[in-house]
Amino acid sequence: MLTVLVLAPAAVAALLLCLPRRTPARVIRAVWLAVTAAELGLTVAVRSGHPAGGGTSHEERARWIPSAGVGYHVGVDGLSLPLTALTCVLFLACAVYSLRGTRRTREFAALFLFLQTTCLGVFVSLDLILFFVFFDLSIVAMYFVIAGWGHRDAGRAALKFFLYTFVGSLALLLGFIGLYLAASPHTFDMVELTRQNPLAGRAAYGGAVLLAIGVGLAVKTPTVPFHTWLPPAHTEAPTAGSAILAGVLLKMGTYGFLRIAMPMLPDAWRRYALVLVVVGVVSVLHGALVALAQTDFKRMIAYTSVTHMGYVVLAVGAAAAVGGDVAEARSLAVTGAVTQMVSHGLLTGALFLLAGVLYERGRTYDMGAYSGVAGPAPVFAGLTGVAAFASLGLPGFSGFIAEFQIFAGALGPRPVATGLSLFGIVLTAALFLRAFQRVFLGPAAPSDAPGIPRGFTDIRLHEGLAVAPLLALAVVLGVAPRFLLDLVEPASRAVLGLLAR
Amino acid sequence: MTGMDENPAALLPEILLAGGSVVGLLLGSWLPRTRQWVVALVAAAVCVAGIVAAAVASAGPDSTAFGGAFAVDAPTTTCRIAVLAGLLVVIGLGAGPLRADPRESEFHVLLQLGALGALVLAGAQDLLLLSAGYLLASVPAYALAGFRKDGPGTEAALKFYVVGAFLGVLMLSGVTLLYAAGRATGYPALDAALRDAPRGLVVVGAVGLLAGLLFKAGAVPAHFWVPDAVQGSAAPVAAFLTTLPKIGALVALGRLGAVPLAGGPLPWAALIAVVSAASMTLGNLGAFFQRDVKRLLGYSAISQIGYLLLPVAVTGRASLAQPALLYYLFAYTVTNLGAFAVVCALPDARETADYRGLARRRPLLAASLVVCLLGLVGTPPTAVFLGKLEAFTAAFDGGHGRLAVLAAVNTVASLFYYLRWIVPAVTPGAGGRLRDGGRGPRLLACATAAGSVVLGLVGGPVLAALR
Repeated sequence: MLTVLVLAPAAVAALLLCLPRRTPARVIRAVWLAVTAAELGLTVAVRSGHPAGGGTSHEERARWIPSAGVGYHVGVDGLSLPLTALTCVLFLACAVYSLRGTRRTREFAALFLFLQTTCLGVFVSLDLILFFVFFDLSIVAMYFVIAGWGHRDAGRAALKFFLYTFVGSLALLLGFIGLYLAASPHTFDMVELTRQNPLAGRAAYGGAVLLAIGVGLAVKTPTVPFHTWLPPAHTEAPTAGSAILAGVLLKMGTYGFLRIAMPMLPDAWRRYALVLVVVGVVSVLHGALVALAQTDFKRMIAYTSVTHMGYVVLAVGAAAAVGGDVAEARSLAVTGAVTQMVSHGLLTGALFLLAGVLYERGRTYDMGAYSGVAGPAPVFAGLTGVAAFASLGLPGFSGFIAEFQIFAGALGPRPVATGLSLFGIVLTAALFLRAFQRVFLGPAAPSDAPGIPRGFTDIRLHEGLAVAPLLALAVVLGVAPRFLLDLVEPASRAVLGLLAR
Repeated sequence: MTGMDENPAALLPEILLAGGSVVGLLLGSWLPRTRQWVVALVAAAVCVAGIVAAAVASAGPDSTAFGGAFAVDAPTTTCRIAVLAGLLVVIGLGAGPLRADPRESEFHVLLQLGALGALVLAGAQDLLLLSAGYLLASVPAYALAGFRKDGPGTEAALKFYVVGAFLGVLMLSGVTLLYAAGRATGYPALDAALRDAPRGLVVVGAVGLLAGLLFKAGAVPAHFWVPDAVQGSAAPVAAFLTTLPKIGALVALGRLGAVPLAGGPLPWAALIAVVSAASMTLGNLGAFFQRDVKRLLGYSAISQIGYLLLPVAVTGRASLAQPALLYYLFAYTVTNLGAFAVVCALPDARETADYRGLARRRPLLAASLVVCLLGLVGTPPTAVFLGKLEAFTAAFDGGHGRLAVLAAVNTVASLFYYLRWIVPAVTPGAGGRLRDGGRGPRLLACATAAGSVVLGLVGGPVLAALR
């Protein structure tokens, strides 16, 4: 079932490319929409088949390259299911958003379907090399999305994105080889490696492997100081590309921390967790401060991603703190990290789609070029307002649940760091409110001002249909998060159990 | 040398190639110019028959022929299949442009003789046979490099020949010294003798020997001919030069490292590691700002040798070394020939900028190019990825972790120049109308690209067979 879930989009993508060139774009979009909707349905089915008590379900394994210790092994648990579902939701939203016109629709749809396969593949892989294959292919697919459909400077931004994340992926590969060689018998199987804990008691070796894996994942996440590829990539990518890049691809890094680094290298993780805490706090503050200084709406959202992912890094770092009475708190931090990944995916996806709407009308992301947009476009203003408030962590939205859990969990073991990163919330609030004020409130700009063509039209149906469900989900998660937490909590307890070995 | 096991049947693929070239030469002298394609057909048939013979022979136990001078084992079988399949591709690439050329039959004869040289290099277990293989692999290649008889071709052939002749002499001197030190030329006998031979003699001799093999492999410091020869010669010849002789040379290096030189006074592993590091780094640096696609591929071939030498450096110390080397050789052959097939399909596109808009006009060809170039980088799930994975693992396992890290860094660096070629190919734009290279190269480009992916996906059984 998982194999179908993962490979179906790529298969359809191949079929789309085989269609004659004169196939109307309408047909292609319909196929794309149908596939993404079916994928979401499949994920729901997988979720309903997942046992309540946690553990891994829907496991499938096959021999692939046994002589190299590589196997085809997939499965889902409480860490991967939320992200799989998030992936399907966001890809569906992008398909809906793209219902009206993109250039070269056939190739675009095929590329996105292929990208969906790689993203789902990363989250369900239980073999390091399988994980790496999908991880690398997602970079390739995203490179072509940015280079092929991006804005003016897309070529350069795409190249930067590719080089940076490829460096990261190769560091990751070296770390994987280190794990492989340490295990006996040699294997890349994640379940087996987690069980064996092959580097227990080998401090230097474990530290080197954690360094390689940590750098690889930090580039993808991205944390300071490896985040410099992110703003240009986001700014130049097409709208749907930005939404996927921020909503799904960044999660691969933090997911890797929880899935690979923590359970397989518990000794090294406990020893060097303070580094992660520091990196997390610096990312939070640096991202927020730089975002505050932006005049470009999309760039600003890109930098807030650094902040929000910084919270996750802080949480996974704090979770390693030792001590008897903080066990519950650490579990809370890990649960919060997963919740934050889901929440950030939904909200930042929505924000990037809304930024796309803004660009569509005004042909610029410069906030100075807009004023009083709320007048002609009240629905658009309302949706953006909701997304902005949700993103700054207002109670009632998913962001609040996530950040509350992270702070409550991390405060006990790491009080100073957590205290510092609380400023991130204040800064985020300031920057979102300021941006909202600049663009939507104030006097309406004269209708013939540069950048604003006559009559700023309100949000169209397909745009609204893409954005509104994401925000609705964020609200549902904020008000009634149990359906997610019930899934995540057993998994986070399991991760901490592995970490405590 | 007791027991003369002169069973020529063990050398069936080699004999087929030699016979094919003789028949080709005779046919070429008698056939009218428009009918010389028969020679190409004969060569192709020889390749197919050779592959079948090699596959059949591999089912039997490992053996040697001619007093232990020639080994028939997994490396030889791999080399035979890779070289003959590669030769088949090169023949396919050359068939179109050389149709009814006054020297069509000579071209195919030279190709077969060069490939035969590579096979002899790969199987040789005796220094004299190794020298013969070196000459047999080199001399036809010099002629092929200058085959077009134009300015760049002549320059290419001249450079190639001068460097090759010089390093060939060095190699023969090295063989002489090793013979003097060990009083034998067969590897097993040398192995025992070199352990207590005079240190200086062995080191100088081995370095001389290495010079010749590194020249054939196109590795630093014997790499100066590669970019010029690749740029100057015709595209099918360039594909041949950067692929087939390398296979033979690398297998020969692996053999030398495994038996006669490993136990001797020479720090063999360290020497190969240095060559490997230098090749991958200098090859990449050279490729960085190349606009000419053939020159770019030439430098890329130098850097690929660096990765291929990783498992050679740890031969005997990591159990993975041999399968890693052989698998990587397969993967490299398919992928590199694929990239050259794309070059052959667009004979007038000399620079990367000429590929602008290719994705629009020839989507399949562009896709093949992207697959082959990303394949050379080592993007999964192509074959080179698995090859690199195995090579890195072998290097870590053999205690050369730093070399593996350097190789990973170089892999990232190489991405930069491959992307400089991919980007124009996939960006829309009005590239000039380019002459079409015919259907053959296009089909071969698609086939090799697909082969590269398939070989990566079915890596399991292949690796198991190479063990």
